Amino acid sequence: MPKTEQLDHSPAPTAGPSPMEPLRPGSPRSATPRGIDSFKGIIVKIVLLGLVDALAVYILMMLFLSESWATLAVSAAVVLIINWIYLRKGGLPAKYLAPGVLFLLVFQVLVVFFSGYIAFTNYGDGHNSTKADAISAIQLTAQQRVPDSPAYRAAVLEKNGTYHLLFTDPKGNAKLGSNGEPLADAPDAAKDSTGKANTLPGYETLAFQEIVANQQDILAITVPVSDDPAEGTLRTADGSTAYQFKPTLTYDAATDTFTNMETGSTYQDNGKGAFANASGETLATGWKIDVGFENFARAFTDSSLRGPLLGVILWTFTFAVASVALTFAVGLFLAITFNREDLRGKRVYRILMILPYAFPAFLSGLVWSGILNPEFGWLNQTLLGGANIGWLTDPVLAKVSVLVVNLWLGFPYMFLVCTGALQSLPAELDEAARMDGASTWRVFGSIKLPLLLVSLAPLLISSFAFNFNNFNVIYMLTGGGPRFADTDRDIGATDILITLVYKVAFGQGTGRDYGLASALAIIIFIIVATISAISFKQTKALEEVNQ
Amino acid sequence: MSKVQLATGTTAAPETPRILPVPARRPFLVWFKDKGWRHVVGVVFTIFAIFPLLYVLSAALDSSGTLVGSNSLFSRIDPGNFVALFNDPARPFGRWFVNTLVVGGITSAATVFLGAMAAYAFSRMRFKGRRIGLLSLLLLQMFPQLLAVVAIFLLLSGISEVIPALGLGSQLGLIMVYLGGALGVNTYLMYGFFNTVPQSLDEAARIDGASHVQIFFGIVLRLVTPILAVVGLLAFIGISSEFVIASVVLTDPDSQTLAVGLYSYVAQQRSENWGVFAAGAVIAAIPVMALFLYLQKYIVSGLTAGSVKG
Repeated sequence: MPKTEQLDHSPAPTAGPSPMEPLRPGSPRSATPRGIDSFKGIIVKIVLLGLVDALAVYILMMLFLSESWATLAVSAAVVLIINWIYLRKGGLPAKYLAPGVLFLLVFQVLVVFFSGYIAFTNYGDGHNSTKADAISAIQLTAQQRVPDSPAYRAAVLEKNGTYHLLFTDPKGNAKLGSNGEPLADAPDAAKDSTGKANTLPGYETLAFQEIVANQQDILAITVPVSDDPAEGTLRTADGSTAYQFKPTLTYDAATDTFTNMETGSTYQDNGKGAFANASGETLATGWKIDVGFENFARAFTDSSLRGPLLGVILWTFTFAVASVALTFAVGLFLAITFNREDLRGKRVYRILMILPYAFPAFLSGLVWSGILNPEFGWLNQTLLGGANIGWLTDPVLAKVSVLVVNLWLGFPYMFLVCTGALQSLPAELDEAARMDGASTWRVFGSIKLPLLLVSLAPLLISSFAFNFNNFNVIYMLTGGGPRFADTDRDIGATDILITLVYKVAFGQGTGRDYGLASALAIIIFIIVATISAISFKQTKALEEVNQ
Repeated sequence: MSKVQLATGTTAAPETPRILPVPARRPFLVWFKDKGWRHVVGVVFTIFAIFPLLYVLSAALDSSGTLVGSNSLFSRIDPGNFVALFNDPARPFGRWFVNTLVVGGITSAATVFLGAMAAYAFSRMRFKGRRIGLLSLLLLQMFPQLLAVVAIFLLLSGISEVIPALGLGSQLGLIMVYLGGALGVNTYLMYGFFNTVPQSLDEAARIDGASHVQIFFGIVLRLVTPILAVVGLLAFIGISSEFVIASVVLTDPDSQTLAVGLYSYVAQQRSENWGVFAAGAVIAAIPVMALFLYLQKYIVSGLTAGSVKG
């Protein structure tokens, strides 16, 4: 909490005491001396900049401790630039722009480039770390009890919510270890009458009932024998005896291969971020590598992805265009209908009709999903008397439903802006056209509508861009469903690109594939950029024509 | 901050004088052709607009709780769902509500402040890169943050390894992410409004010895209060409805916002929890809708001004 406060407020007062500058070239420089105000300003500036710097130093220290050198260097440079901006004389615009621009650069611009990078990797479930991490993870997970290994007697201890195992080795020495924490001598341990170490100062020993109650967690404890994963681990099956386990797969650093001790088959780095044997079987844990354009290629060649993806792209365009057209048509129609000063109840209609716009968007989709639910929903059960129409389960009807719900969400906004634009048209236009004998329709079609389109075009474009990525209404109403029959992936008839990105990256059930999701996001970027470039050019042309 | 601005904004709102129609006796058909059909359209669209809202209100008040039970509107009225809503330790609705207010409040206040500072710089100062800056902001609006949700998730998970308080699962991290979008959407709208405040006011103040900070806080901000209220409110509404990034960043139920939490009510079994979900939806929607209607005039003027100015 304190951090945002500081960041948010620091620039204003810091900008305060800096010497007066001409705001525009040539404007007179004030000669009036400012006494007390300026002094107060300097104090505030020093305090706030000090707080920001204190926080910055803390962050830099944490970066130093975690040995992330590149990030440390960049962060240090940013801190220096911030201090330079606020401590130097002049450069007033930067003092006002810096905080907003900093957030913008990190969380809007940098993340886009980061997406671009991820799109060229195989980042995702099973490929989320370095090769070294993957090797030690494989060694830890592929474990089997060492035949005829001695039994260690064990007690389960707890400290601060984490479980530790206290072992008594065959020679009677007490040793302590826990998940990922190798065995260490515990000379302070007290032993019971049988010579089994069972208590240690600072730790609480679990009773039998507690062991039973927390069985899952205790079974999962694997204590490395030493820092070298090849030496194996100790595990307990009952909370009182532990055995030594050794990896079934051994890693040979010289050849960079894993060998299965039982079958003797060797697994090699297959160049795709995983170990594979001669018959093509891969080990579950892999690592992150750069894959070039593979994610993009996969999107358009993989048979389980290509067909659905083309359908999704087509529907994304249809959905965005149809949503803008429908909401604009209805909004304009209503604006014209109620553009009469002397209509009774106009205000009441207006307030009631803008209510959907005030209703939180994410809730609208969920509420409508209840109304339209094929089995239990109000529409089928009450209005249609127990009909069984698949409003959300039939591919075509689901698309219609999505458009109707989006119309419900969007028409009040168009109604408001069209009313505003209509009222800002000069009344003389209407009169002049009528004097020339034009009909109402002619006045509307040839004069008002073109003028309205010019003033509303930028808004229609941003409405299109918004609907192109209108995640909430789709995800809350249908979740993208009904699913396509010709693919085993979770892709459905009402999925648009952004819901697909979300499902590929964070979906339940299927594995997370950040690389593919980012590649899809980059495709959206390119589409949106192209469309906005073209359409802004068109609007400009339109404006020039009308002038 | 936004609270104060919102409040001062409304006091300046004069009622528009209404021209009362003079009723004239006319045959029904003529009346219908002139005005009657407008009422028909009005009634039809009003029903379309408010029916889902009445439906959710009715479901919230009917404690039978399932989707089927909600179909006969207003057949039972009791507070059972609301009681259940606040007594589920696995789904702490009260916490979600407070979290949404905190995240939305801080974000929208900071958004207004950052946006206003940037708009002030663009409107009142001439510097190198000003045109490019404005154009880039206009361009950036086209790319919503949720497109980069994967990168945001991975960036925050990297941050949590160094500073857990700012990384995944932290509301502070989420607020920082939201602030990345603070300039994009709002600066351009505010810039247009700042330009309507005459420069001569600044110059008069400057001759009297006011500093640029005094001009910013004392003159410009006060004169553009309505647009600050609009931007703040729209930011608040946007943030409180934001699902994608919040659902990825906030994993612990205790730290979630309403959008993420309420979705979890109906994500798995849409039908069983319907009544309790509806109660939650009503409580979540009421403050936003009340604010919206209260400030309706400003929002409408802000929207139309934004649209006409482009």
